[in-house]
Amino acid sequence: MTDMKRSSMLGLLVLVIRRDLVLAMRRRADVLTTLIFFVMVVSLFPLGVGPEMSMLRKMAAGVLWVAALLSSMLSLGRLFSADYLDGTLEQMMLAPQSLSMLVLGKMVAHWMVSGLPLVLMAPVLGLQFDMPAQALGVLILGLLLGTPVLSMVGAIGAALTLGLRGGGVLLSLLVLPLCIPVLIFGTGAVEAVSTGLSAASHLSLLGALLVLALVFTPWVTAQALRISME
Amino acid sequence: MAINWFKYSAPTTFYGLAGKLIPWFAIPAAVLFAVGLYIGFAVAPVDAQQGEFYRIIFIHVPSSILSMFLYLIMAGYAALGLIFNTRLSAMMATAIAPTGALFAFISLWTGALWGKPMWGAWWVWDARLTSELILLFLYLGFIALHASIDDPRRADRASALLAIVGSVNVPIIYFSVKWWNTLHQGSTIKFTGTSMHVAMQQAMFIMLAACWLYAIAVVLARVRSIILERERNTVWINELPEAKQ
Amino acid sequence: MSDLDIWMRENPLAYIWLGSYAVALLIFAVEIAMVRHKRTITLQQVRLMREAEDEAGEDK
Repeated sequence: MTDMKRSSMLGLLVLVIRRDLVLAMRRRADVLTTLIFFVMVVSLFPLGVGPEMSMLRKMAAGVLWVAALLSSMLSLGRLFSADYLDGTLEQMMLAPQSLSMLVLGKMVAHWMVSGLPLVLMAPVLGLQFDMPAQALGVLILGLLLGTPVLSMVGAIGAALTLGLRGGGVLLSLLVLPLCIPVLIFGTGAVEAVSTGLSAASHLSLLGALLVLALVFTPWVTAQALRISME
Repeated sequence: MAINWFKYSAPTTFYGLAGKLIPWFAIPAAVLFAVGLYIGFAVAPVDAQQGEFYRIIFIHVPSSILSMFLYLIMAGYAALGLIFNTRLSAMMATAIAPTGALFAFISLWTGALWGKPMWGAWWVWDARLTSELILLFLYLGFIALHASIDDPRRADRASALLAIVGSVNVPIIYFSVKWWNTLHQGSTIKFTGTSMHVAMQQAMFIMLAACWLYAIAVVLARVRSIILERERNTVWINELPEAKQ
Repeated sequence: MSDLDIWMRENPLAYIWLGSYAVALLIFAVEIAMVRHKRTITLQQVRLMREAEDEAGEDK
């Protein structure tokens, strides 16, 4: 690959990310809804299981992770649907540039809009559950590594269910089982730290999942889009 | 010519072939079920540690094995269908999914009933039980995705891609669940310690063979209906004796 | 120990048969019935379409 081509591919990536971010900022309500949903789900748990602090402290990581999983499902439906409806997606597929690269750009933008706010919000919610500082740090690190995987794996589901009736529920049904490893390692890291062990192995496995997802999901999602659009 | 054969003649010939093959699988399946159950309950001795309860193994283990292998076979057919664009493989994948899901359900159900007398709980978050549950979810996702797309070609291809992604994920899920389980110090009773009597092994293998034959017979019967449904506008379907009545 | 636990330990074979094997066989029976039902339904559809085509052909 020549240097010029590489730079143009990076340029394309940045272009797609910037475009999607601008579009997202025009519809700020959508972003906020996901965030509010996340906060609400997390706040419902103490009401459901009781205010006992020792139990809440133990549950905190799991609750935050499950809530993050659910809220990322909420916003996945919008990942491709707007571009699909106004025909932009069709243009993107006809474009000479690599569709995988375009898809990767959309994934990154989606994570910045719906994953990153959750990560930033998590410390506040963690304090609600009286999490110790060290566990909180690992939780944030885990979320930082794990939520991009959720966006990327979710993109496959979003591409497959593009334009289907009842797509939202179906999407969750398809994607949630595939996200279980992320949930396990994310909560495992926090548990390891709170029992005095090192979280390094869990976090490196999460990192490995992130790398795997980065390598494979853009291509798979591009294939899924081709199937859905033909 | 090769493409032609794949595209048009494969479902045609397979329809008749499957119809002829079904009794050859269904009847041995019924016989082997009877033999397996006889050996399992009348010949195999009572287990020293688990008493009579271990006899659930004769249905539990074959259905677990079937549910996993059927998923892989389904993903394999799905991949064939995606790569070579053969219609029959996509139909086979669709036909396998419900049988696989049912075996996964039987495996979970019998596992729970075995767990109650052994572990004292209907459900234990054991690595195998949990991954079997996730496998059932994967089957349900495949079936749901296929059912919600009206265009059969898109339905085939989309669910094929999902099956492949799922099969890549299965080992990751299995190992993560296993690791999670050891971290949480779950079940302590393991079955590996008991040595199996010869009659127990025989009964289990015969039941496994019976389940395989049953699954093949049911899948063939289902794929015949799918072929009929998909190809009902074609001439050869209209000339079938069963369509003329 | 609940009543079920006591019953289970006193009648293990009945527990195994009713709980596992009867359920598994029932599931197999239901699956076979569904496959057969699907076959009759599809054949009916094929015949209907055939008849409709024949009528259309006669009209011409």
